[in-house]
Amino acid sequence: MLIKKPSDIRPSEITSKDNYLNRREFMRAGSISGGLALAGPAVSAVVPEARRSQLAGVGKSDFSTDEAPNSYEDITSYNNYWEFGTGKTDPYQYAQEFKSRPWSISVEGHAEKTGTFHFEDFIKPFDLEERIYRMRCVEAWSMVIPWVGISLAEIIKHFQPTSKAKYVAFETLHDPVRMVGQRRRVLEWPYREGLTIAEATHPLAILAVGLYGETLPNTNGAPIRLVVPWKYGFKGIKGIVRMRFVEKMPPSSWNMSLPYEYGFYANVNPEVDHPRWSQARERRIGTDVFASKSPTQMFNGYGEQVAHLYDGLNLRRNY
Amino acid sequence: MDTLRQVKLIWKPTIFLLCLVPATLVITDALEITGRLGANPIEEIQDRFGIWAIRFIMVTLAVTPLRRLTGWNWLVRFRRMFGLFTFFYVLMHFLTWFILDQSLLLAAIIEDVTERPFITIGFAGLLLLTTLAVTSTNGMRRRMGRRWEKLHYSAYAVAVLGVWHYWWQVKKDASDAQIYAAILAVLLGIRIWWKVKQKKARPKPGF
Repeated sequence: MLIKKPSDIRPSEITSKDNYLNRREFMRAGSISGGLALAGPAVSAVVPEARRSQLAGVGKSDFSTDEAPNSYEDITSYNNYWEFGTGKTDPYQYAQEFKSRPWSISVEGHAEKTGTFHFEDFIKPFDLEERIYRMRCVEAWSMVIPWVGISLAEIIKHFQPTSKAKYVAFETLHDPVRMVGQRRRVLEWPYREGLTIAEATHPLAILAVGLYGETLPNTNGAPIRLVVPWKYGFKGIKGIVRMRFVEKMPPSSWNMSLPYEYGFYANVNPEVDHPRWSQARERRIGTDVFASKSPTQMFNGYGEQVAHLYDGLNLRRNY
Repeated sequence: MDTLRQVKLIWKPTIFLLCLVPATLVITDALEITGRLGANPIEEIQDRFGIWAIRFIMVTLAVTPLRRLTGWNWLVRFRRMFGLFTFFYVLMHFLTWFILDQSLLLAAIIEDVTERPFITIGFAGLLLLTTLAVTSTNGMRRRMGRRWEKLHYSAYAVAVLGVWHYWWQVKKDASDAQIYAAILAVLLGIRIWWKVKQKKARPKPGF
């Protein structure tokens, strides 16, 4: 799968070819080419124009919801990405200059094919699909997000896990120089997450590489992140650099940090409250200030597709 | 003009208006004149009123130590105003939650107040502070006599409940709440210190 530029490339966009230029470099380049006027919108936009580029060959999916997606601005300015700070707008503020290329991902553990791959090579064998999913945060707010991603099941099939592989573990980049939030030990870095093989090979699970048809912005986990729409948002590990096939349930960051509040499964469940707040209802971001919260659906509304994965599992105990 | 007249005619109205700035900014940010409230405006409004309530109770509790340390007795003229602004911001914080966040759904509100400890604590603080606000008039003070002093010592309890409520609701990173807890510890600690010193200095009355 090729990631192509649109054909009508403006001079200002040539400087952003590799999608990792920082703003200062962009402005300098802009002024050299006489395109200083373009620096204006680049600064005011949520993600500077210079660092946004279209993804080519993105297919549609039946898994997409027909609910109206949240605005690009809401999706990229209200994030929990503690690698860039604990405030909701911290990633918007501190992730802008982050360079997400070059990037490599290492695949390890119980699989026939392992190794370290350039991000571009890692995603090359797979089809890109738009998946418009509901996203329910454990903090009782939600969004609808038009991801562009790759079926995780396809990726897993590609690396041929052995029968010993019962879980897939993921890790985020650990680089306190580039990720300022990691300079404080608010969580034990690197961020870790995991899924059972059955969950990871479910057709709804994807690794997202794009948003709104463009490459994934830094605020949302560039260049590649996990999206499992029936689970709380914190399961969707961002900035993935490691994928490991393991036999035992891998540690996951929030569970390690506050085990009585966050479990390994973290399935959206309106009947099992967080110890400190209710999970029965959620605030949909982008709705009117006077709109009331809407009821949270079991498995975030994906129960029909995923409930069978948890047959016989006590969901109250395995939160 | 003497200091007291200056305080009454210039400083009190000026400080009063300054105290209204955070509330005004909520409105002008909502209208996108001065700034923005972001993707989750209800949370933002609620958080801002809440944090200003905490700041105002700290300011209120700082009046007496500051007065004692500097000898500026006129400072006490601002104490009630700061206390009432604390009440105002707590009330706005509560109303944002009650009206906008919970959409006046009484069942959900009762469940939250009774089942979520951090909300129970916050609610208890609001009730206590309401009592203080209602009894803050000169007339009430005169009528209640000594009991007034006793009742108004619970301002310390309000501050503790407020910081506790703040600390307990954050997901994990409580560093901001910890800063306020430290400030409160200083404000309460200095009072205890003075009390102990006073007791030591004053010989016990003999019969």
